[in-house]
Amino acid sequence: MTDRGTWVDQALREHEEHAGPLSQEAEPGAARPGAAQPGAAQPGAASDREQQVLDRIDRARRRRPRVREERITMSHGAGGKATRTLVEAVFLDAFRNPLLEPLEDSAQLHVNGGRVALTTDSYVVSPLFFPGGDIGDLAVNGTVNDLAVSGATPLYLSAGFILEEGFPVADLVGIVTSMKAAAEVAGVQVVTGDTKVVERGKADGCYINTAGVGVIEHDVSLGVANAQPGDAVIVSGPVGDHGVTIMLARGELDIEADITSDTAPLNGLIADLLAATPGVRALRDATRGGVATILNEVATAAGVGVLVNEDAIPVRTAVRGASELLGIDPMYVACEGRLVAVVDGGEAGKALAALRSHPLGADAAIIGHITADPPGLVLLNTAFGGTRIVDLLVGDPLPRIC
Amino acid sequence: MCLGIPGEVIEFLPDQPDLARVDVSGVRRVINVGLLTDDLPKPGEWVLIHVGFALSKIDEAEAAAALQFLEGIGQAYADELEALQGSQIE
Amino acid sequence: MRFVDEFRSADKAHALAAKIAGLCEPGRQYKLMEVCGGHTHTIYKHGLEDYLPESITLVHGPGCPVCVIPMGRVDDAMALASQPDTIMTSFGDMMRVPGSQGSFFDAKAQGTDIRMVYSPLDSLKIARQNPDKRVVFMAIGFETTTPSTAMTVLRAAAEKLDNFSIFCNHVTIIPAIKAILDSPDLRLDGFIGPGHVSTVIGCRPYEFIARDYGKPVVVAGFEPLDILQSIYMLMVQLSEGRSEVENQYTRVVPWDGNLAALTAINQVMELRPYFEWRGLGFISHSAMRVRPEFAKYDAELLFEVPGVRVADPKACQCGEVLKGVLKPWECKVFGTACTPETPIGTCMVSPEGACAAYYNFGRMNRRRVVEVSIS
Repeated sequence: MTDRGTWVDQALREHEEHAGPLSQEAEPGAARPGAAQPGAAQPGAASDREQQVLDRIDRARRRRPRVREERITMSHGAGGKATRTLVEAVFLDAFRNPLLEPLEDSAQLHVNGGRVALTTDSYVVSPLFFPGGDIGDLAVNGTVNDLAVSGATPLYLSAGFILEEGFPVADLVGIVTSMKAAAEVAGVQVVTGDTKVVERGKADGCYINTAGVGVIEHDVSLGVANAQPGDAVIVSGPVGDHGVTIMLARGELDIEADITSDTAPLNGLIADLLAATPGVRALRDATRGGVATILNEVATAAGVGVLVNEDAIPVRTAVRGASELLGIDPMYVACEGRLVAVVDGGEAGKALAALRSHPLGADAAIIGHITADPPGLVLLNTAFGGTRIVDLLVGDPLPRIC
Repeated sequence: MCLGIPGEVIEFLPDQPDLARVDVSGVRRVINVGLLTDDLPKPGEWVLIHVGFALSKIDEAEAAAALQFLEGIGQAYADELEALQGSQIE
Repeated sequence: MRFVDEFRSADKAHALAAKIAGLCEPGRQYKLMEVCGGHTHTIYKHGLEDYLPESITLVHGPGCPVCVIPMGRVDDAMALASQPDTIMTSFGDMMRVPGSQGSFFDAKAQGTDIRMVYSPLDSLKIARQNPDKRVVFMAIGFETTTPSTAMTVLRAAAEKLDNFSIFCNHVTIIPAIKAILDSPDLRLDGFIGPGHVSTVIGCRPYEFIARDYGKPVVVAGFEPLDILQSIYMLMVQLSEGRSEVENQYTRVVPWDGNLAALTAINQVMELRPYFEWRGLGFISHSAMRVRPEFAKYDAELLFEVPGVRVADPKACQCGEVLKGVLKPWECKVFGTACTPETPIGTCMVSPEGACAAYYNFGRMNRRRVVEVSIS
């Protein structure tokens, strides 16, 4: 276990090397006992000092990511900051190539003059069966969605199963039946797969990995880096349904509610959207880390600000109630059948209409827009009328969500 | 840690006088009302919930009074704004 | 949501803000402290400072029970958790608090059985389900939470559960406020009083603040309108030269507190002669321990804890932030070496800590943002 004392010294040394001595900023003048307090008599000066600190923090945040922990923690799987750091510092660092670098939901490949999208996802949700679906539904829909948000028509999936010794075959049949039905709805086929069995006590029943391949036929090139000031930000429906469903289904919280997972294939919805307007800059499906994580990815990748209105974000009443009860924010809760779209401001109306005319997009809403300033930050106009930032999640309120 | 949420009491659990089922925006949970034994809430009344316990009953009359005060201020403000817009000095 | 949404309505906020601004004496600066971490969280989460004139500064106080736990006590908790056949249960906010050898979260990654619970009663359930293990509940919190722990111990006793105990770190709010008042570093004009603590202790305990120190206190609710209204009530008192205790949160807080809750606390616990608070040092009669009659439920008596006092890392300025002497961004390591992922101190770890609240919600240039948000 890292000794905290030396860790702190090391962190300080690192920051001093990169960002200059830490002692070289605002002396907190009010700290001197008995001193007269000019304090806020110069609000402009305080605001400037605060801005210096914010700039220094910004520089620190842009530095090369490093994994400080010696061991993997649950945070690394939460889809927030720690996941991102792990991906960049370990995986991207090792495999680095131009196709991987965009770190989008699918890789976009050129093969024999055509464009192909390739993606993969692993599913470790617990419990395996929950209101609204099961791990099989997630395994098909999740991968279909990762292809669809890249503008691809999903075609073929692989399915690898890791099964625990002792897992009931009837449950496996149930899962596979769900997958078959989900694949039919999505219009894809499972064309190859793998099966492994591990000893009792591992794999928690069943883990599934699916990889997917699709063809990108549109001229449109989607990517979060394309976002521009003036673009509208749209979500296709109420957020947080899946994550809260899973949390309640675990039964540890003794909470009952009529909430079901929103797992669904979005390729039909996306096809309608892309046919209705050429103004779509980026699409993402909101899974682990929720809508807030996607907004942060947009802000960072495009170097823009994202401003959203709390009032405009659709959330089911029961999801809101459960979130308040547990002190979590629906913006960070996983969905499994919702998309976030960044659309040219002038085309927002058409985009919204296209989404709303599809059953999966009936409650679509414009939740905000892209601004030039402050770059890299997501701001929320609260329902109350004030403003705050929406940062990437630290830690994991809802582990093993998908 | 100070997280306290208002919830409506739905029913008491049979055989467990200390436990009641509450509803928070359609979400239901069983909580312990042992801290309110001097004045147990009845179904339909609201309580403040904190870490699985009801800490206090929500006094609806006081809540209404608080809102009325806020509304009054709001109205006075709106009136004043209107008057300001309506008046012309020159 | 009833009793919540009505108190978040923006139109009433503008009216209150105008009235508050109207009560400010030209040229005078006002410093109001919100004691409770929950209030700090609400202020930043809803962007409440946008409604206040520049002459009013909100100072964040030490009312975050996670933030005031010294590193040595965290180490003690980790030692308990690492004992064989032990399950440690804890609220979520404690999971990432750094001790000198890491946090609960780090220990969990290494295989220690530490589980997050929503309620102390959930620990009892775990104890019933695991009769061959010893379940320890990390009991933290101000008086809001203490009665729940006490009731849980009483329940354990009634059920004759012999594999359950608590590691008691409950603290009391009044000594912390007194330490602030007696601190030469600060000159405050008034206090936004804790809301949920007051449902238990009532409003009388704050009377000494008004009477002996001449500072007005308004006990406030947790919705943004509650806090704004409380600030308004404080400003009215200040403009009229009064210093009294008033209750804004009348829908929930009874003036006399909750007798059943106080009785439960008294039955199970007693005051420690002194206790160390992060940043505030040793304060007498400021924390609870389990009474001898309930010794079988006291983890400190049942097991070995190192009990070593560990100094905060030199770089850590949590103490000054907790006293309200420094704003979060004024701490030398804020946001660079100390972030929510890599916290050096507790103010950055707890969701109610001032540094966490500022980093997660408030870290922006207010003037630029106001321009952007109305465009």
